[in-house]
Amino acid sequence: MKESLTQTTLSNGLKVLLKEVHTAPIISSWLWYRVGSRDEVPGRTGVSHWVEHMQFKGTEQFPANMLDKAISREGGTWNAFTYMDWTAYFETMPADKIDLALRLEADRMSNSRFLPEEVASERTVIISEREGSENEPLFLLGEALQQTAFRIHSYHHEVIGDMPDLHSMTREDLYNHYRVYYVPNNAIMAVAGDFETQTMLKRIRELFESIPSGTDPARLTRPEPSQNGEIRLSIEGPGATSYVQVCYRFPSASHTDFFPLSVLDSLLAGPSNLNMFSGGISNKTSRLYRALVDKEYVVSVHGGAQATIDPFLYSITMTVHPRRKPEEALAALDKEIQRVKEEKVTKEEITRAIKQARALFAYGSENITNQGFWLGYAEMFANYGWFETYLDKLSAVTAKDVQRVANEYFKPQSRVVGTYVPLDGKGAV
Amino acid sequence: MNHANSLPGPNDIYREVLPNGITVLARSNFNSPSVVVTGFFEAGALFDPDEKLGLAEYTVLTLMRGTKKRTFDEIYNALESVGAGLGFNTGVHKSGFHGRSLAEDLPLLLALLWEALTMPVFPKAEVEKLRAQLLTGLAIRAEDTSDMASMVFDNILFKGHPYSRPEDGFPETIQSIKRDDLVKFHREHYGPRGLVIAIVGGVEPEEAVRQVKRALGGWQVKGQKATPALPPLKPLKKSVSKHHRIPGKSQSDLIIGTHGPMRRDPEFMSASIGNNILGQFGMMGRIGDVVREKSGLAYYAYSSLSAGLGPGSWEVSAGVNPRNLKKASDLIQEELKRFVQAGVTEDELADTKTNFIGRLPLSLESNGGVANALLNIERHQLGLDYYHRYADLVNEVTAEDVLATARKFIDPNKLVIAAAGP
Repeated sequence: MKESLTQTTLSNGLKVLLKEVHTAPIISSWLWYRVGSRDEVPGRTGVSHWVEHMQFKGTEQFPANMLDKAISREGGTWNAFTYMDWTAYFETMPADKIDLALRLEADRMSNSRFLPEEVASERTVIISEREGSENEPLFLLGEALQQTAFRIHSYHHEVIGDMPDLHSMTREDLYNHYRVYYVPNNAIMAVAGDFETQTMLKRIRELFESIPSGTDPARLTRPEPSQNGEIRLSIEGPGATSYVQVCYRFPSASHTDFFPLSVLDSLLAGPSNLNMFSGGISNKTSRLYRALVDKEYVVSVHGGAQATIDPFLYSITMTVHPRRKPEEALAALDKEIQRVKEEKVTKEEITRAIKQARALFAYGSENITNQGFWLGYAEMFANYGWFETYLDKLSAVTAKDVQRVANEYFKPQSRVVGTYVPLDGKGAV
Repeated sequence: MNHANSLPGPNDIYREVLPNGITVLARSNFNSPSVVVTGFFEAGALFDPDEKLGLAEYTVLTLMRGTKKRTFDEIYNALESVGAGLGFNTGVHKSGFHGRSLAEDLPLLLALLWEALTMPVFPKAEVEKLRAQLLTGLAIRAEDTSDMASMVFDNILFKGHPYSRPEDGFPETIQSIKRDDLVKFHREHYGPRGLVIAIVGGVEPEEAVRQVKRALGGWQVKGQKATPALPPLKPLKKSVSKHHRIPGKSQSDLIIGTHGPMRRDPEFMSASIGNNILGQFGMMGRIGDVVREKSGLAYYAYSSLSAGLGPGSWEVSAGVNPRNLKKASDLIQEELKRFVQAGVTEDELADTKTNFIGRLPLSLESNGGVANALLNIERHQLGLDYYHRYADLVNEVTAEDVLATARKFIDPNKLVIAAAGP
């Protein structure tokens, strides 16, 4: 997985990572900003995501609907993502057309207009996006769990933001957020694909180095105090299907325990896939599938580990079997959790987790967009070395490590358990 | 670097028809250590009796739940231990499979494919477990505004035609399927004739074909039934609206559309280009511009063309607040009127042509993307040089062609307007 990588920082603080990949005539360019929903205070939740939407609404040079047409015309694809810890913009283009993407990103780093009429029409688009999510039981349950797990830390709210804030935020709220966080010294430019490094670096300097740096934005960090006692919650909604989600507190991705926990995730629930552009694998011989789905407590079970800057959550999501009660599913889950705490896992299970991770990385490497993604993504919570040495770190995990982290992190006292109770046509919704 | 020949073509696609009727397509890609195995066979939902709708799907989903050689757990243990995957799916005409692994594990994928296709044992306990999972899936579908709008749409547009039926069936039809039905369906409809398999990745094409021969070359089935012919389609006589109520939801899904071309119709490319201008290009084309960008009514609003082996559909979809349903529906119908009256401009046409040609390498980046392209060529008999000819096919479409095609298929007074939500 180790390939030649060029890293440098421009005089205005913009960090640049370049990786030549000559497998196809394609280049993927990614611009990452260190800002996300964790940087938002009540009253302005959802501002990072809304600013991301406004970045598609035009500058003087590239007016609103000229932007997307220009990219599409050249056969490119582009999109953006807002997460808790970061916001990222990417364009994947035929190699000889990448200059358009570079010019566009340099321009909208500081010249987006945020016209009041565009803010107004985007407000209802985002409200509609949230309403679409609210149709999903698992969104409703996940939101309730997250806000319960984080009372102090700003991982408290969903990236999309709270509905009252989406109604009340002003153009000035959005624009101020943009001016504070969208500065070169708060960004990383990562490009992978079919280019020559020196030529690419020269062009990035020409376009980006003249953008003035700003004050380094401070990140909002209010550490969540330890939780002393299990919390349970339930929410009701339409449907006929019950769901149970159990959230344990996980360390940050840069913590050494992240790796034994990744092995544990793999053998409990099947490996979480951290690639953004390449699917995962099935989990039908994971311990939880065998104990819960095979034994018909649930019809599906999934585990989800996420790579975050601050400690976040590991969630186990169960779709309850129509003939079972949520409590029965939870009791069956607890038995398996107890087992990994008491009994050492086998060497074979660890070897298997490593091979699974190796295969997932291989699938991810087929795609240049995914390779570009990893360059900057790893920088958001650690550095690119984290990605390059990932398999080595997994290989170093022992059965003893797995047992230790199972006992340390899978504590009932620090978990939140949520149940979605379907009303199945009964009661007011 | 010179990538002029990076599009798949006769020079690097290896195609061979085995004596038992299986078609193998292979193309190597040594840039990644992985391999994709995907394909289709003639056992789709067209064979389902109405009262046992969902039978074809139930059958494919049971294939991996136990074979003469391995139990369910042994099958998945072999796959998951090496980070590989193999799954089956059903469409109306065909059923299919998709697998991937590290290149070193290709023999395992093919061995499991062989077992699943030729010697499934349909264990009773597994059939029942799967039934509960399917029924839960249908309960979730009943609450999904997008799935339900789509079902209502197909039900009206293809009234009296097999395309009006959902391949995953209904709770009562899934309840009525017995283990013996699965065994019988497999016996009558599974066989090598019509089976197409594509292998793309870190393996030499000749070696891939050799491995397929070893795994599936000896498969013979007598009396494999032919896929039934499609009945004629009934044209819409007037616009039909239907709202499917799902209480408690905060958003409604809306689908407005009509019939579209088959994939092999001569109008396919002009319809595809027209559709891109109507509801794809840039931020979802003209539809996105009017419904999302100008009116702020929806997070998604786009058009799509569904063109396969039989008659297709041409649909505009949007997710909107229930209050705005009528407003969005009116705006979309206005755009459809404009589309069939005035057609597209030369600028719009030029933009879409460069978009289609430019994005092709991106869609063929991964092994899965190339494998799907090979299956596309085979399924619709497009010719091994299709992707080399693609730019010419795109460039020869004129604005007049787009307008004529739009008028042939879309009549703004004869639309299906389906919605699901509160």
